[in-house]
Amino acid sequence: MDDIGFILASWLITLGSIGVLAFVTLRRARQLAEHVPDEAKPWL
Amino acid sequence: MKQALVVARKDLLVEFRARLLLVRVIPFALLVLVLFAVALDSEPLILRAASGLVWLTMLFSTLLLVQRTYDVETQDAALEVLLTSAVEPVNVFFGKLFAAFVQLLVLSVLLVFGAIVLYGATVSGSNVVLLVTIVVSAAWGLASVGTLYGAVVANMNGRDSLLALLALPVLAPLLIGASRATEAAFGSQTIDTASGWAWVALLAVFAVVFSAAGAAAFGALMEPEA
Amino acid sequence: MVSRSTGTTTTRVIGIAAIAVLAWVVVSAFFITPADFQQGESVRIMYAHVPAAWIAYLAFITTGITSGISLARRHRTLGFDRVAGASAEVGVLFMGLALITGSLWGRLTWGTFWQWDPRLTTTLFLFVTYVGYLAVRNIDGDPHRRAKRSAILALLAVLEIPLVHFSVVLWRSLHQEASVLNPDGDVRLDDMMLFTLFSGVVGFTLVFVWMVIHRQRLATLRDLQQGVGLDAAIAARRNEGAAIAGGGQ
Repeated sequence: MDDIGFILASWLITLGSIGVLAFVTLRRARQLAEHVPDEAKPWL
Repeated sequence: MKQALVVARKDLLVEFRARLLLVRVIPFALLVLVLFAVALDSEPLILRAASGLVWLTMLFSTLLLVQRTYDVETQDAALEVLLTSAVEPVNVFFGKLFAAFVQLLVLSVLLVFGAIVLYGATVSGSNVVLLVTIVVSAAWGLASVGTLYGAVVANMNGRDSLLALLALPVLAPLLIGASRATEAAFGSQTIDTASGWAWVALLAVFAVVFSAAGAAAFGALMEPEA
Repeated sequence: MVSRSTGTTTTRVIGIAAIAVLAWVVVSAFFITPADFQQGESVRIMYAHVPAAWIAYLAFITTGITSGISLARRHRTLGFDRVAGASAEVGVLFMGLALITGSLWGRLTWGTFWQWDPRLTTTLFLFVTYVGYLAVRNIDGDPHRRAKRSAILALLAVLEIPLVHFSVVLWRSLHQEASVLNPDGDVRLDDMMLFTLFSGVVGFTLVFVWMVIHRQRLATLRDLQQGVGLDAAIAARRNEGAAIAGGGQ
Protein backbone atom coordinates (compact mmCIF):
# COMPACT_ATOMS: atom_id res chain seq x y z
CA MET A 1 0.00 0.00 0.00
CA ASP A 2 2.76 2.46 -0.88
CA ASP A 3 0.35 4.32 -3.10
CA ILE A 4 -2.17 5.04 -0.38
CA GLY A 5 -1.14 8.69 -0.14
CA PHE A 6 -1.80 9.31 -3.83
CA ILE A 7 -5.08 7.42 -3.73
CA LEU A 8 -6.34 9.25 -0.66
CA ALA A 9 -5.21 12.58 -2.07
CA SER A 10 -7.15 11.96 -5.29
CA TRP A 11 -10.34 11.22 -3.41
CA LEU A 12 -9.94 14.01 -0.89
CA ILE A 13 -9.30 16.59 -3.59
CA THR A 14 -12.24 15.34 -5.63
CA LEU A 15 -14.84 15.13 -2.87
CA GLY A 16 -13.40 18.15 -1.07
CA SER A 17 -13.64 20.53 -3.98
CA ILE A 18 -17.13 19.34 -4.89
CA GLY A 19 -18.12 19.98 -1.27
CA VAL A 20 -16.50 23.40 -1.21
CA LEU A 21 -18.19 24.50 -4.42
CA ALA A 22 -21.55 23.24 -3.15
CA PHE A 23 -21.10 25.11 0.12
CA VAL A 24 -20.01 28.33 -1.54
CA THR A 25 -22.93 28.13 -3.97
CA LEU A 26 -25.49 27.68 -1.20
CA ARG A 27 -24.02 30.40 0.98
CA ARG A 28 -23.88 32.95 -1.82
CA ALA A 29 -27.44 32.03 -2.81
CA ARG A 30 -28.62 32.67 0.75
CA GLN A 31 -26.97 36.07 0.77
CA LEU A 32 -28.52 37.10 -2.51
CA ALA A 33 -31.94 35.52 -1.96
CA GLU A 34 -32.64 37.90 0.90
CA HIS A 35 -32.55 40.90 -1.36
CA VAL A 36 -34.79 39.53 -4.04
CA PRO A 37 -38.53 39.22 -3.48
CA ASP A 38 -39.98 35.73 -3.81
CA GLU A 39 -42.20 36.84 -6.67
CA ALA A 40 -39.12 37.24 -8.86
CA LYS A 41 -37.81 33.74 -8.23
CA PRO A 42 -38.95 31.46 -11.03
CA TRP A 43 -38.33 28.25 -9.08
CA LEU A 44 -40.72 28.96 -6.20
CA MET B 1 -15.68 43.01 -51.55
CA LYS B 2 -14.97 46.59 -52.52
CA GLN B 3 -16.11 47.73 -49.07
CA ALA B 4 -13.79 45.18 -47.45
CA LEU B 5 -10.87 46.59 -49.39
CA VAL B 6 -11.77 50.11 -48.31
CA VAL B 7 -11.80 49.01 -44.66
CA ALA B 8 -8.49 47.19 -45.14
CA ARG B 9 -6.98 50.25 -46.78
CA LYS B 10 -8.19 52.42 -43.91
CA ASP B 11 -6.69 50.05 -41.32
CA LEU B 12 -3.39 49.87 -43.13
CA LEU B 13 -3.31 53.63 -43.54
CA VAL B 14 -3.90 54.16 -39.82
CA GLU B 15 -1.23 51.60 -39.16
CA PHE B 16 1.19 53.18 -41.57
CA ARG B 17 0.71 56.62 -40.07
CA ALA B 18 1.21 55.36 -36.52
CA ARG B 19 4.11 53.15 -37.61
CA LEU B 20 3.26 50.75 -34.78
CA LEU B 21 4.37 47.67 -36.68
CA LEU B 22 7.68 49.29 -37.49
CA VAL B 23 8.51 50.85 -34.14
CA ARG B 24 6.97 48.38 -31.71
CA VAL B 25 5.88 45.00 -33.01
CA ILE B 26 8.86 44.22 -35.24
CA PRO B 27 11.47 45.21 -32.62
CA PHE B 28 9.50 43.24 -30.02
CA ALA B 29 9.43 40.13 -32.19
CA LEU B 30 13.11 40.31 -33.05
CA LEU B 31 13.94 40.88 -29.42
CA VAL B 32 12.01 37.76 -28.46
CA LEU B 33 13.97 35.78 -31.06
CA VAL B 34 17.23 37.01 -29.55
CA LEU B 35 16.05 36.33 -26.00
CA PHE B 36 15.06 32.76 -26.89
CA ALA B 37 18.56 32.19 -28.21
CA VAL B 38 20.09 33.59 -25.04
CA ALA B 39 17.80 31.50 -22.85
CA LEU B 40 18.45 28.23 -24.68
CA ASP B 41 22.16 28.91 -24.92
CA SER B 42 23.07 26.03 -27.20
CA GLU B 43 23.41 26.25 -30.96
CA PRO B 44 22.14 22.78 -31.89
CA LEU B 45 19.20 23.22 -29.53
CA ILE B 46 18.33 26.62 -31.00
CA LEU B 47 18.51 25.26 -34.53
CA ARG B 48 16.21 22.42 -33.60
CA ALA B 49 13.77 24.76 -31.85
CA ALA B 50 13.99 27.48 -34.55
CA SER B 51 10.66 26.81 -36.26
CA GLY B 52 8.73 26.57 -33.00
CA LEU B 53 10.27 29.78 -31.71
CA VAL B 54 9.40 31.68 -34.88
CA TRP B 55 5.73 30.74 -34.62
CA LEU B 56 5.50 31.22 -30.88
CA THR B 57 6.82 34.74 -31.42
CA MET B 58 4.24 35.21 -34.16
CA LEU B 59 1.47 34.21 -31.76
CA PHE B 60 2.47 36.84 -29.23
CA SER B 61 2.99 39.49 -31.89
CA THR B 62 -0.50 38.77 -33.24
CA LEU B 63 -1.99 39.52 -29.83
CA LEU B 64 -0.09 42.80 -29.71
CA LEU B 65 -1.18 43.80 -33.16
CA VAL B 66 -4.84 42.88 -32.75
CA GLN B 67 -5.13 44.74 -29.46
CA ARG B 68 -3.79 47.82 -31.13
CA THR B 69 -6.24 47.64 -34.06
CA TYR B 70 -9.23 47.38 -31.77
CA ASP B 71 -7.94 50.02 -29.38
CA VAL B 72 -7.85 52.45 -32.28
CA GLU B 73 -11.35 51.39 -33.27
CA THR B 74 -12.97 51.61 -29.87
CA GLN B 75 -11.56 55.05 -29.13
CA ASP B 76 -14.15 57.58 -30.26
CA ALA B 77 -16.48 54.65 -31.02
CA ALA B 78 -15.03 54.59 -34.52
CA LEU B 79 -16.17 51.03 -35.12
CA GLU B 80 -19.78 51.80 -34.30
CA VAL B 81 -19.74 54.70 -36.71
CA LEU B 82 -18.26 52.42 -39.35
CA LEU B 83 -20.97 49.84 -38.76
CA THR B 84 -23.84 52.29 -38.73
CA SER B 85 -22.69 53.63 -42.07
CA ALA B 86 -23.60 51.46 -45.00
CA VAL B 87 -20.71 49.02 -44.54
CA GLU B 88 -21.75 45.39 -44.06
CA PRO B 89 -20.28 43.77 -40.90
CA VAL B 90 -18.92 40.91 -43.03
CA ASN B 91 -16.97 43.43 -45.07
CA VAL B 92 -15.64 45.11 -41.95
CA PHE B 93 -14.49 41.71 -40.74
CA PHE B 94 -12.73 40.78 -43.94
CA GLY B 95 -11.29 44.27 -44.26
CA LYS B 96 -9.75 44.10 -40.82
CA LEU B 97 -8.67 40.52 -41.43
CA PHE B 98 -6.92 41.50 -44.64
CA ALA B 99 -5.14 44.43 -43.02
CA ALA B 100 -3.93 42.21 -40.17
CA PHE B 101 -2.93 39.55 -42.70
CA VAL B 102 -0.71 41.97 -44.63
CA GLN B 103 1.05 43.08 -41.46
CA LEU B 104 1.48 39.55 -40.13
CA LEU B 105 2.81 38.45 -43.50
CA VAL B 106 5.51 41.12 -43.37
CA LEU B 107 6.33 40.16 -39.81
CA SER B 108 6.54 36.41 -40.44
CA VAL B 109 8.77 36.88 -43.47
CA LEU B 110 11.07 38.97 -41.27
CA LEU B 111 11.05 36.35 -38.54
CA VAL B 112 11.85 33.54 -40.94
CA PHE B 113 14.80 35.58 -42.16
CA GLY B 114 15.65 36.20 -38.53
CA ALA B 115 15.71 32.45 -37.90
CA ILE B 116 17.97 31.97 -40.93
CA VAL B 117 20.36 34.71 -39.85
CA LEU B 118 20.32 34.26 -36.08
CA TYR B 119 19.64 30.56 -35.65
CA GLY B 120 21.42 29.24 -38.73
CA ALA B 121 18.34 27.62 -40.23
CA THR B 122 18.61 26.74 -43.91
CA VAL B 123 16.05 26.51 -46.69
CA SER B 124 17.05 24.63 -49.78
CA GLY B 125 15.59 24.65 -53.30
CA SER B 126 12.07 23.30 -53.47
CA ASN B 127 11.42 23.88 -49.79
CA VAL B 128 11.07 27.58 -50.54
CA VAL B 129 7.65 26.89 -52.09
CA LEU B 130 6.60 25.00 -48.96
CA LEU B 131 7.82 27.79 -46.74
CA VAL B 132 5.96 30.47 -48.69
CA THR B 133 2.74 28.45 -48.52
CA ILE B 134 3.17 27.97 -44.78
CA VAL B 135 3.76 31.65 -44.15
CA VAL B 136 0.76 32.73 -46.23
CA SER B 137 -1.70 30.23 -44.74
CA ALA B 138 -0.48 30.63 -41.16
CA ALA B 139 -0.58 34.43 -41.40
CA TRP B 140 -4.15 34.21 -42.69
CA GLY B 141 -5.11 31.86 -39.85
CA LEU B 142 -3.53 34.14 -37.26
CA ALA B 143 -5.24 37.17 -38.75
CA SER B 144 -8.67 35.51 -38.78
CA VAL B 145 -8.48 34.25 -35.19
CA GLY B 146 -7.01 37.55 -34.04
CA THR B 147 -9.70 39.64 -35.74
CA LEU B 148 -12.49 37.37 -34.48
CA TYR B 149 -11.40 37.16 -30.84
CA GLY B 150 -10.38 40.81 -30.85
CA ALA B 151 -14.02 41.54 -31.69
CA VAL B 152 -15.19 39.26 -28.86
CA VAL B 153 -13.22 41.18 -26.24
CA ALA B 154 -13.51 44.66 -27.77
CA ASN B 155 -15.04 47.09 -25.28
CA MET B 156 -14.45 44.78 -22.33
CA ASN B 157 -12.47 45.60 -19.23
CA GLY B 158 -9.14 43.84 -18.98
CA ARG B 159 -9.34 42.87 -22.64
CA ASP B 160 -5.57 42.50 -23.07
CA SER B 161 -5.18 39.50 -20.80
CA LEU B 162 -8.55 38.10 -21.88
CA LEU B 163 -7.53 38.13 -25.52
CA ALA B 164 -4.45 36.06 -24.68
CA LEU B 165 -6.46 33.61 -22.58
CA LEU B 166 -9.09 33.14 -25.27
CA ALA B 167 -7.01 33.20 -28.42
CA LEU B 168 -3.94 31.19 -27.43
CA PRO B 169 -5.72 27.83 -26.90
CA VAL B 170 -7.55 28.34 -30.18
CA LEU B 171 -4.24 29.01 -31.92
CA ALA B 172 -2.69 25.80 -30.59
CA PRO B 173 -3.40 23.80 -33.78
CA LEU B 174 -1.91 26.60 -35.84
CA LEU B 175 1.19 26.71 -33.67
CA ILE B 176 1.66 22.95 -33.93
CA GLY B 177 0.99 22.87 -37.66
CA ALA B 178 3.10 25.87 -38.62
CA SER B 179 6.00 24.81 -36.40
CA ARG B 180 6.13 21.27 -37.72
CA ALA B 181 5.73 22.35 -41.34
CA THR B 182 8.44 24.98 -40.99
CA GLU B 183 10.66 22.36 -39.40
CA ALA B 184 10.19 20.30 -42.56
CA ALA B 185 10.96 23.33 -44.72
CA PHE B 186 14.12 24.00 -42.74
CA GLY B 187 15.25 20.49 -43.72
CA SER B 188 14.75 18.70 -40.41
CA GLN B 189 15.86 15.13 -39.85
CA THR B 190 12.59 14.00 -38.31
CA ILE B 191 9.93 15.48 -40.60
CA ASP B 192 10.04 15.04 -44.37
CA THR B 193 8.66 17.46 -46.93
CA ALA B 194 5.56 15.34 -47.56
CA SER B 195 4.54 15.58 -43.90
CA GLY B 196 5.27 19.28 -44.15
CA TRP B 197 2.61 19.55 -46.84
CA ALA B 198 0.20 17.54 -44.68
CA TRP B 199 0.63 20.19 -42.00
CA VAL B 200 0.04 22.95 -44.54
CA ALA B 201 -3.28 21.29 -45.32
CA LEU B 202 -4.18 21.59 -41.65
CA LEU B 203 -3.18 25.26 -41.68
CA ALA B 204 -5.38 25.88 -44.71
CA VAL B 205 -8.36 24.16 -43.09
CA PHE B 206 -7.78 26.19 -39.95
CA ALA B 207 -7.66 29.46 -41.90
CA VAL B 208 -10.84 28.65 -43.83
CA VAL B 209 -12.76 27.49 -40.72
CA PHE B 210 -11.98 30.58 -38.69
CA SER B 211 -12.51 33.00 -41.58
CA ALA B 212 -15.97 31.50 -42.05
CA ALA B 213 -16.72 31.48 -38.33
CA GLY B 214 -15.57 35.08 -38.03
CA ALA B 215 -17.68 36.17 -40.99
CA ALA B 216 -20.69 34.49 -39.41
CA ALA B 217 -20.16 35.80 -35.89
CA PHE B 218 -18.80 39.30 -36.48
CA GLY B 219 -22.15 40.91 -37.23
CA ALA B 220 -23.71 39.55 -34.04
CA LEU B 221 -20.70 40.55 -31.96
CA MET B 222 -20.73 44.10 -33.24
CA GLU B 223 -24.48 44.64 -33.07
CA PRO B 224 -25.29 47.68 -30.98
CA GLU B 225 -26.94 46.92 -27.67
CA ALA B 226 -30.65 46.45 -27.81
CA MET C 1 -41.18 35.89 4.79
CA VAL C 2 -38.63 35.84 2.02
CA SER C 3 -37.35 32.44 0.98
CA ARG C 4 -33.67 32.38 1.69
CA SER C 5 -32.50 29.48 -0.40
CA THR C 6 -32.24 28.26 -3.96
CA GLY C 7 -33.29 24.79 -2.88
CA THR C 8 -36.55 23.08 -3.72
CA THR C 9 -37.84 19.59 -3.01
CA THR C 10 -36.39 18.38 -6.30
CA THR C 11 -32.90 19.62 -5.57
CA ARG C 12 -33.01 18.23 -2.05
CA VAL C 13 -33.95 14.79 -3.35
CA ILE C 14 -31.20 14.96 -5.96
CA GLY C 15 -28.71 16.15 -3.34
CA ILE C 16 -29.49 13.37 -0.90
CA ALA C 17 -29.39 10.77 -3.68
CA ALA C 18 -26.00 12.13 -4.80
CA ILE C 19 -24.55 11.89 -1.30
CA ALA C 20 -25.90 8.36 -0.84
CA VAL C 21 -24.53 7.12 -4.15
CA LEU C 22 -21.14 8.76 -3.60
CA ALA C 23 -20.92 7.24 -0.11
CA TRP C 24 -21.48 3.82 -1.64
CA VAL C 25 -18.88 4.52 -4.34
CA VAL C 26 -16.27 5.48 -1.75
CA VAL C 27 -16.94 2.38 0.35
CA SER C 28 -16.87 0.14 -2.69
CA ALA C 29 -13.82 1.79 -4.22
CA PHE C 30 -11.77 1.40 -1.07
CA PHE C 31 -13.04 -1.77 0.58
CA ILE C 32 -15.07 -3.94 -1.78
CA THR C 33 -13.41 -3.82 -5.20
CA PRO C 34 -10.22 -5.82 -5.58
CA ALA C 35 -6.82 -4.37 -6.47
CA ASP C 36 -5.93 -4.62 -10.14
CA PHE C 37 -3.72 -7.56 -11.10
CA GLN C 38 -1.29 -5.23 -12.79
CA GLN C 39 -1.82 -1.74 -11.38
CA GLY C 40 -2.40 -2.84 -7.82
CA GLU C 41 -4.13 -0.45 -5.46
CA SER C 42 -3.69 2.58 -7.71
CA VAL C 43 -6.69 1.46 -9.73
CA ARG C 44 -8.86 2.87 -6.93
CA ILE C 45 -8.19 6.35 -8.31
CA MET C 46 -10.03 5.31 -11.44
CA TYR C 47 -13.43 5.41 -9.70
CA ALA C 48 -12.98 9.14 -9.13
CA HIS C 49 -11.03 9.98 -12.28
CA VAL C 50 -13.13 8.40 -15.02
CA PRO C 51 -16.51 9.72 -13.79
CA ALA C 52 -15.01 13.21 -13.32
CA ALA C 53 -13.73 13.23 -16.90
CA TRP C 54 -17.06 11.94 -18.15
CA ILE C 55 -19.00 14.65 -16.33
CA ALA C 56 -16.64 17.32 -17.65
CA TYR C 57 -17.40 16.27 -21.21
CA LEU C 58 -21.12 16.06 -20.42
CA ALA C 59 -20.96 19.58 -19.00
CA PHE C 60 -19.23 21.03 -22.05
CA ILE C 61 -21.70 19.30 -24.37
CA THR C 62 -24.51 20.81 -22.29
CA THR C 63 -22.91 24.24 -22.56
CA GLY C 64 -22.60 23.88 -26.33
CA ILE C 65 -26.19 22.80 -26.82
CA THR C 66 -27.76 25.38 -24.49
CA SER C 67 -25.61 28.12 -26.02
CA GLY C 68 -26.84 27.13 -29.45
CA ILE C 69 -30.46 27.23 -28.27
CA SER C 70 -29.91 30.55 -26.54
CA LEU C 71 -28.44 32.05 -29.68
CA ALA C 72 -31.19 30.61 -31.89
CA ARG C 73 -33.84 32.12 -29.60
CA ARG C 74 -31.99 35.44 -29.80
CA HIS C 75 -31.66 35.47 -25.98
CA ARG C 76 -35.31 36.37 -25.45
CA THR C 77 -35.03 34.71 -22.06
CA LEU C 78 -31.75 34.26 -20.28
CA GLY C 79 -32.56 30.77 -18.96
CA PHE C 80 -30.54 28.84 -21.51
CA ASP C 81 -27.64 31.23 -21.18
CA ARG C 82 -27.55 30.76 -17.40
CA VAL C 83 -27.66 26.98 -17.75
CA ALA C 84 -24.79 27.21 -20.25
CA GLY C 85 -22.76 29.25 -17.78
CA ALA C 86 -23.57 27.05 -14.78
CA SER C 87 -22.74 23.94 -16.75
CA ALA C 88 -19.40 25.38 -17.86
CA GLU C 89 -18.54 26.25 -14.26
CA VAL C 90 -19.22 22.71 -13.11
CA GLY C 91 -17.43 21.38 -16.18
CA VAL C 92 -14.28 23.35 -15.41
CA LEU C 93 -14.29 22.01 -11.85
CA PHE C 94 -14.65 18.40 -12.99
CA MET C 95 -12.14 18.83 -15.80
CA GLY C 96 -9.68 20.19 -13.26
CA LEU C 97 -10.37 17.24 -11.00
CA ALA C 98 -9.94 14.82 -13.88
CA LEU C 99 -6.57 16.40 -14.72
CA ILE C 100 -5.37 16.31 -11.11
CA THR C 101 -6.51 12.77 -10.32
CA GLY C 102 -5.28 11.69 -13.74
CA SER C 103 -1.79 13.01 -13.12
CA LEU C 104 -1.65 11.42 -9.67
CA TRP C 105 -2.75 8.14 -11.20
CA GLY C 106 -0.27 8.63 -14.04
CA ARG C 107 2.54 9.11 -11.53
CA LEU C 108 1.71 5.71 -10.05
CA THR C 109 1.20 3.80 -13.28
CA TRP C 110 3.45 5.55 -15.82
CA GLY C 111 5.94 7.04 -13.39
CA THR C 112 5.30 10.57 -14.64
CA PHE C 113 2.67 13.15 -13.83
CA TRP C 114 2.13 14.10 -17.43
CA GLN C 115 2.35 12.53 -20.86
CA TRP C 116 1.93 14.51 -24.08
CA ASP C 117 -0.49 12.04 -25.51
CA PRO C 118 -3.36 13.28 -27.69
CA ARG C 119 -6.11 12.76 -25.18
CA LEU C 120 -4.34 14.50 -22.32
CA THR C 121 -3.22 17.39 -24.48
CA THR C 122 -6.68 17.94 -25.96
CA THR C 123 -8.18 17.82 -22.48
CA LEU C 124 -5.76 20.44 -21.26
CA PHE C 125 -6.61 22.82 -24.10
CA LEU C 126 -10.30 22.17 -23.51
CA PHE C 127 -9.83 23.11 -19.86
CA VAL C 128 -8.04 26.37 -20.67
CA THR C 129 -10.64 27.23 -23.30
CA TYR C 130 -13.50 27.00 -20.82
CA VAL C 131 -11.55 28.88 -18.18
CA GLY C 132 -11.38 31.69 -20.74
CA TYR C 133 -15.10 31.31 -21.42
CA LEU C 134 -15.86 31.73 -17.72
CA ALA C 135 -13.54 34.74 -17.50
CA VAL C 136 -15.59 36.43 -20.22
CA ARG C 137 -18.86 35.54 -18.48
CA ASN C 138 -17.72 36.97 -15.19
CA ILE C 139 -17.25 40.44 -16.56
CA ASP C 140 -20.11 42.64 -15.50
CA GLY C 141 -22.30 44.16 -18.08
CA ASP C 142 -25.64 43.90 -19.73
CA PRO C 143 -26.77 40.25 -19.38
CA HIS C 144 -28.15 40.12 -22.91
CA ARG C 145 -24.86 41.24 -24.33
CA ARG C 146 -23.07 38.74 -22.10
CA ALA C 147 -25.44 36.02 -23.28
CA LYS C 148 -24.74 36.72 -26.91
CA ARG C 149 -21.01 37.04 -26.48
CA SER C 150 -20.63 33.89 -24.42
CA ALA C 151 -22.93 31.86 -26.68
CA ILE C 152 -20.73 32.77 -29.64
CA LEU C 153 -17.63 31.87 -27.63
CA ALA C 154 -19.10 28.51 -26.64
CA LEU C 155 -19.91 27.68 -30.24
CA LEU C 156 -16.40 28.72 -31.31
CA ALA C 157 -15.06 26.36 -28.65
CA VAL C 158 -17.11 23.55 -30.18
CA LEU C 159 -15.42 24.41 -33.49
CA GLU C 160 -11.98 24.59 -31.92
CA ILE C 161 -11.95 21.24 -30.13
CA PRO C 162 -11.91 18.94 -33.18
CA LEU C 163 -9.14 21.05 -34.74
CA VAL C 164 -7.07 20.87 -31.57
CA HIS C 165 -7.67 17.17 -31.23
CA PHE C 166 -6.86 16.42 -34.85
CA SER C 167 -3.68 18.49 -34.83
CA VAL C 168 -2.46 16.91 -31.60
CA VAL C 169 -3.15 13.40 -32.88
CA LEU C 170 -1.27 14.21 -36.09
CA TRP C 171 1.55 15.77 -34.07
CA ARG C 172 1.99 12.72 -31.87
CA SER C 173 1.70 10.21 -34.70
CA LEU C 174 4.33 11.91 -36.85
CA HIS C 175 6.76 11.87 -33.97
CA GLN C 176 7.55 8.23 -33.56
CA GLU C 177 7.97 7.91 -29.86
CA ALA C 178 7.16 5.17 -27.44
CA SER C 179 3.42 4.76 -27.31
CA VAL C 180 1.85 5.81 -24.08
CA LEU C 181 0.24 3.29 -21.83
CA ASN C 182 -3.47 3.54 -22.15
CA PRO C 183 -4.74 4.11 -18.62
CA ASP C 184 -8.05 2.37 -19.26
CA GLY C 185 -6.89 -0.25 -21.70
CA ASP C 186 -4.68 -2.27 -19.42
CA VAL C 187 -7.05 -2.53 -16.52
CA ARG C 188 -9.08 -5.71 -16.53
CA LEU C 189 -12.37 -4.91 -14.89
CA ASP C 190 -14.45 -7.49 -13.08
CA ASP C 191 -18.18 -7.08 -12.48
CA MET C 192 -17.80 -5.36 -9.13
CA MET C 193 -15.29 -2.88 -10.53
CA LEU C 194 -17.56 -2.09 -13.46
CA PHE C 195 -20.52 -1.62 -11.15
CA THR C 196 -18.54 0.74 -8.92
CA LEU C 197 -17.40 2.71 -11.93
CA PHE C 198 -20.97 2.90 -13.15
CA SER C 199 -22.13 4.04 -9.70
CA GLY C 200 -19.46 6.71 -9.77
CA VAL C 201 -20.78 8.03 -13.07
CA VAL C 202 -24.34 8.04 -11.69
CA GLY C 203 -23.26 9.77 -8.48
CA PHE C 204 -21.25 12.44 -10.25
CA THR C 205 -24.07 13.00 -12.73
CA LEU C 206 -26.40 13.66 -9.79
CA VAL C 207 -23.86 16.09 -8.37
CA PHE C 208 -23.66 17.76 -11.78
CA VAL C 209 -27.44 18.15 -12.05
CA TRP C 210 -27.73 19.47 -8.51
CA MET C 211 -24.90 21.91 -9.02
CA VAL C 212 -26.17 23.21 -12.36
CA ILE C 213 -29.66 23.80 -10.96
CA HIS C 214 -28.31 25.68 -7.98
CA ARG C 215 -25.73 27.71 -9.84
CA GLN C 216 -28.22 28.59 -12.55
CA ARG C 217 -30.58 29.90 -9.86
CA LEU C 218 -27.68 31.74 -8.29
CA ALA C 219 -26.97 33.39 -11.64
CA THR C 220 -30.63 34.39 -11.82
CA LEU C 221 -30.39 35.97 -8.37
CA ARG C 222 -27.23 37.78 -9.36
CA ASP C 223 -28.85 39.24 -12.46
CA LEU C 224 -31.96 40.19 -10.48
CA GLN C 225 -29.89 41.78 -7.77
CA GLN C 226 -28.27 44.02 -10.29
CA GLY C 227 -31.79 45.15 -10.95
CA VAL C 228 -31.84 43.70 -14.40
CA GLY C 229 -35.30 42.68 -15.42
CA LEU C 230 -36.49 42.64 -11.83
CA ASP C 231 -39.57 44.70 -12.51
CA ALA C 232 -40.33 42.69 -15.59
CA ALA C 233 -40.00 39.42 -13.71
CA ILE C 234 -42.33 40.58 -10.95
CA ALA C 235 -44.83 41.98 -13.42
CA ALA C 236 -44.86 38.68 -15.29
CA ARG C 237 -45.45 36.82 -12.04
CA ARG C 238 -48.30 39.13 -11.06
CA ASN C 239 -49.95 38.75 -14.46
CA GLU C 240 -49.64 35.01 -14.14
CA GLY C 241 -51.26 35.17 -10.73
CA ALA C 242 -53.98 37.48 -12.00
CA ALA C 243 -54.64 35.18 -14.94
CA ILE C 244 -54.98 32.20 -12.64
CA ALA C 245 -57.20 34.12 -10.25
CA GLY C 246 -59.24 35.45 -13.19
CA GLY C 247 -59.62 31.98 -14.66
CA GLY C 248 -60.82 30.67 -11.35
CA GLN C 249 -63.75 33.07 -11.16
